[in-house]
Amino acid sequence: MAEISTSTALLSPSKARRPALRERLSRKAWELAETIATPLAPADYLDLFNPLRPGADLRGRIVKVTPETADAATIEIKPGADWEGHTPGQYVRVGVEVDGVRHWRAYSLTHGPRKDGLISITVKAVPDGKVSSHLVRRLRPGRIVHLEQAAGDFVLPSDLRGHKFLMVTAGSGVTPVIGMLRNLFPVTDEGVVEHQRLDVTVVHVAPSRPDSIFIRNLESLAEAGAIRLVTRYTGSEGRLDLDALVELVPDLQERRAYACGPAGLLDTLQSWYDAEGLPLQTEQFRLATVVTSEGGTVSFKDKTVEAAGDKPILDAAEEAGVLMPSGCRMGICFGCVLPMKEGAVRDLRNGELTVARPGETGPEGIPIQTCISAAAGECVIDH
Amino acid sequence: MTIAPEAPAYTGPIAHLSREDVEQLGRELDAIRQDVLDTRGERDAAYIHKVIKVQRSLELGSRAVLLASIFPPAFVVGTVGLSIAKILDNMEIGHNIMHGQWDWMRDPKIHSSVWEWDNASTSEGWKHSHNELHHTYTNIVGKDNDLGWGIMRVDEEQRWTPATLSQPLMNFINMCIFEYGIAAYDLELGKMRRLKKSGRDMPEGWHEMARNTVKKIRRQAFKDYVAHPLASMVTLSGPTTLLANVTANFVRNVWTHSVIMCGHFPEGVETFELKDIPENETRGEWYVRQMLGSANISGSKFLHLMSGNLSHQIEHHIFPDLPSNRYAEIAPKVRALFDKYGLNYHTAPMPQQVASAWHKVLRLSMPNGFFESTNVRNAPSQFGKLVKAVRGDTRTRRRILKEFEAAGAASVGKAV
Repeated sequence: MAEISTSTALLSPSKARRPALRERLSRKAWELAETIATPLAPADYLDLFNPLRPGADLRGRIVKVTPETADAATIEIKPGADWEGHTPGQYVRVGVEVDGVRHWRAYSLTHGPRKDGLISITVKAVPDGKVSSHLVRRLRPGRIVHLEQAAGDFVLPSDLRGHKFLMVTAGSGVTPVIGMLRNLFPVTDEGVVEHQRLDVTVVHVAPSRPDSIFIRNLESLAEAGAIRLVTRYTGSEGRLDLDALVELVPDLQERRAYACGPAGLLDTLQSWYDAEGLPLQTEQFRLATVVTSEGGTVSFKDKTVEAAGDKPILDAAEEAGVLMPSGCRMGICFGCVLPMKEGAVRDLRNGELTVARPGETGPEGIPIQTCISAAAGECVIDH
Repeated sequence: MTIAPEAPAYTGPIAHLSREDVEQLGRELDAIRQDVLDTRGERDAAYIHKVIKVQRSLELGSRAVLLASIFPPAFVVGTVGLSIAKILDNMEIGHNIMHGQWDWMRDPKIHSSVWEWDNASTSEGWKHSHNELHHTYTNIVGKDNDLGWGIMRVDEEQRWTPATLSQPLMNFINMCIFEYGIAAYDLELGKMRRLKKSGRDMPEGWHEMARNTVKKIRRQAFKDYVAHPLASMVTLSGPTTLLANVTANFVRNVWTHSVIMCGHFPEGVETFELKDIPENETRGEWYVRQMLGSANISGSKFLHLMSGNLSHQIEHHIFPDLPSNRYAEIAPKVRALFDKYGLNYHTAPMPQQVASAWHKVLRLSMPNGFFESTNVRNAPSQFGKLVKAVRGDTRTRRRILKEFEAAGAASVGKAV
């Protein structure tokens, strides 16, 4: 041992120098690359060859699109090299181009971390849902989508011992739960692997069985004895109310509860659990409602301005003393563009609405031309 | 829209139009614009993505080939490729993205607010002088600095001075170093020099803009004239790579200058006096000014691409924020409106337009009437007078200029 430690000590100075030199060289090489790429960045050229490489903006390549029900599909994505992984139950924000315009939406990851490194989301096409319909019906393997790292705290505790679980899912609210279950009970050719003695009850609410994404997975888990499955098909059995729930799950109070579904159901559950003094973990992908109107309150970083529906935001803000970037004042020079984080504006030239919903627009908001846009409801402008 | 009955009638090339006609024309153009907006989508996005991809691959490929430019074929291929790549970056990509034509895609990288081009002028400065000043005040003498870039006389109504004689030479030099000319123009160097002379302060923010421009020029020049040739030294191709880069920038300068000259300078394109612009110019009136103040280049698809679709300068000036790939599509509709309203849709092949623009530069470098009244026979005496006008005092000059003007008018009258 002594010898080894001596030799390491002798080696260490040169060892320490070598990486430093290599580092310096690679830094120099990178600087040269940046110089040659100017005014672009080296990344702009590297993206031509490998958009999923380490160091690139996070993206993913569509590998497979598999239909689940008539209007839902599972999309498997190979994420870029910098994907940091996720915990089952978390969601990922996906940026996808629909009719040439980039939109962002959040979807639950429907698998635990997989051996093949792919991630999957399951999307239900909602009526008039531009993005979801595109994902379910038009997305083809090979396409590149934009990603953000997984996020969300709708996850199981790290130590599962001693817990009994209840999972209430409604509609596409099953997606984060299926991610958890698949991780808890992997399926092999021999069937469901129950690797931990767990007591899980899943209450699944849907209009009908054919409407239920993942119903076959849930049923086979139940058949294998991994979970207790309670289904409630509202089309034939009516709405699920709390009394019914208590009846269906007698040991409700002992179970650590998770719920994912529409706002109505979650609100009802939440108030019941609050009243009982019990914890409830919920997840909801709520379409933030943006109320549109004629005119509205426009919030800037330091000031809030009332703007009429027929007046450019630029004029309203300037009259209230907000220092604004401006240019031609007729919509042609793009010198007044600012990001709208939230809210709605109307193009005064043709009446077209632009809506920014938090969570759905890109991280930078939607850039709008303030000289030809009037407030169409409350707006938040990042300026 | 109510039209004030006391508003004076139009004059000049739109004298035959009523105010209601002009507003109706505006509405018809708005409809064309709306048609494009309604159908704007995946096809257009795919187009700009493809052009960007082609440009980057071409630039990268050309620079790679130039690493071996000591071999003549590699030099030729690399230089041609790099020239085309630089023109694409400048015209179809940079110019149009900075116009906000692709902002609707919400791609944070292909956006007017962040795009930077391979050019001496900063995108920030250029967007102000080009998008804002030039596109708002198109062809208004004294307001639109693009008209002659502040260094040329482009309209009979502008004063002739002896210095004006040098403008063909000035224009030629400007063509060779066009990107630096534009940078100087964005910084309004001429005006700033006058301000400085008279001891006044520079406008707020000017110094920072100037610093940014110098920084940009340094980076661009270092890339083309130091870093890239240096990298080629490995194969002894340093000097040839330097030559290739100088050539590519020169070719780009000559090309962009020529295309841009075709946009507003050919003979017959209208210029406007500030006093003739209505105080509250309506949308229709603004459209008409754009229509009459611009000229198109006819030609192949490749020409349209390489000119950044500024070959559709008329359509571009009417709708500066529509995606460039749509200009060719809407051109027939726009032209039909010109015909319907009896306006002159100014278009011609590139050599013709370039020649016409140069002709105007030459013609206006001389006093008004000089060209019209000069022929082989009287040339010596005409030039004698010109010399007198240059050398003489203000009164003599004014007298001679008047004589030229009268002679010019007379000879035009005779011809008629």
